[in-house]
Amino acid sequence: MCGIVGLFLKDRSLESRLGTLLTGMLVTMSDRGPDSAGVAIYGESEEGRAKLTVQSVAPNSDFAGLAEDLDRALAEDRAADVAGDNGPATRVGVSLCRNDTHAVLSVPAGQVRMARDRLPELRPGIHIMSDGAAIEIYKEVGLPGTVADRFGLPTMAGSHGIGHTRMATESAVTTEGAHPYSTGSDQCLVHNGSLSNHNRLRRRLRREGMTFESENDTEVGAAYLTWRMDRGASLGEALETSIEDLDGFYTFVVGTRDGFGVLRDPIACKPAVLAETDAYVAFGSEYRALVDLPGIDRARVWEPEPAEVYFWTH
Amino acid sequence: METIDLAAMGLRHLNRTLQSLDPGTNRRHWDVVNPRGSHAVAVGLSAPVEVTVRGSTGYYCAGMNQLATIRITGSVGPGVAENMMSGKVVVEGDASQSAGATGHGGLLVIKGNAASRCGISMKGIDIVVHGNVGHMSAFMAQAGTLVIAGDAGDALGDSIYEAQIFVRGSVRSLGADCIVKPVRPEHRALLAERLEQAGLDARPEDFRRYGSARKLYNFDVDNAGAY
Repeated sequence: MCGIVGLFLKDRSLESRLGTLLTGMLVTMSDRGPDSAGVAIYGESEEGRAKLTVQSVAPNSDFAGLAEDLDRALAEDRAADVAGDNGPATRVGVSLCRNDTHAVLSVPAGQVRMARDRLPELRPGIHIMSDGAAIEIYKEVGLPGTVADRFGLPTMAGSHGIGHTRMATESAVTTEGAHPYSTGSDQCLVHNGSLSNHNRLRRRLRREGMTFESENDTEVGAAYLTWRMDRGASLGEALETSIEDLDGFYTFVVGTRDGFGVLRDPIACKPAVLAETDAYVAFGSEYRALVDLPGIDRARVWEPEPAEVYFWTH
Repeated sequence: METIDLAAMGLRHLNRTLQSLDPGTNRRHWDVVNPRGSHAVAVGLSAPVEVTVRGSTGYYCAGMNQLATIRITGSVGPGVAENMMSGKVVVEGDASQSAGATGHGGLLVIKGNAASRCGISMKGIDIVVHGNVGHMSAFMAQAGTLVIAGDAGDALGDSIYEAQIFVRGSVRSLGADCIVKPVRPEHRALLAERLEQAGLDARPEDFRRYGSARKLYNFDVDNAGAY
């Protein structure tokens, strides 16, 4: 089954309530997906800085000293990049903000790729959940309400967010099997349904150089979109071609730095409801996920058409 | 008029109360408030009572209905009035997929649009949609009528048996074995009756009729290679 919720705010005065509203929506979808939950939150960004969200099963040891170790590694890399400079490496300024099993690392925007390369050497046990100027991804095994409380989701602010409650069908109940999946810088994907050609597509994408952390079908969908966008497609174009290349049942909700999109497969048996007011666009697998949103009684509420890409930007 | 606050009393209380009504009851008028998208609201009723659900509901609203008249003032989720036997269900808003699925009898009126698979495997129910229907509507429809005042999506009436479909707007495509059929006076009379029952102000002569070509009823040796 699985449940999806999404909230894209047009009215900036609601941004401080994003986490509270999204938590309510997510918890309502618990009986569609009680085994794991996750959210992508597009929060504050800082000029010239990028955020990497990382996760570990041993956060006490993995996160201890990580900011300093990554700072040192990035400083070395930067010094090595400057030809002939053999002087002492200066710090680049990495900071870490821990949140339960996750932590958000702030790094210079130009050194995200270096940081992604260095992190597995520094801490082999951590997983990189996302990178980007605004995005943070948190996901864990457990009831959606429990997961939301662990990460303090109700107190989070932001411009938009996407949440997922999982009832596993295609792969094991693990943190890596939970959604959202990162599809690139500041991009993420959640999915309700099952892709039936994910094994073959994973093999094809591996030959193209993509890497995978799980046997999950959604991860393949996310990697497919990343792969298409690496080759110059826009997110909208990547979603359009996914209708041809992905086989199975799916409702996708995607997030970008300033955008929010929805796509259902042509058969459209996975439920989806959209609501729009002057203040927001909201998505729910079911209408009951939306009933506590402000002004929902006056919202335009409709079911997205099959095989049609919906997209909103700020 | 009796009112049940679903948010306060809970779904089991609501359905138990409505299901326990005797066919001869004089408690005939019921209001259900705060449905908040709940599933299985007012299902399995078997008395000729009138129930108004004020708001929108989730899956399977008014399923398995017998004799009752159930009106939903908002929109409904998948499978509204599924397997209805008799009575009447009116949706003021839109209906999600599989509206009236497998229904044996009664009348389902959707005043907005219905999504995909409206009337899938219908077995005698009459469905009148004021707006449009999505793809695969009347899939394997066996008996009854599906009246669509708006447009129909892809593969209308795929693998249809003896149900009749009337469409006023466009049809994006017909499913296997579904064809346009002539509208004779008896069909026009049937349609006029359904339109009146559904409170739809439309002229029967503006509708086309679709039904089964009956080519899939029997094994055809010329198609052996396709099986």
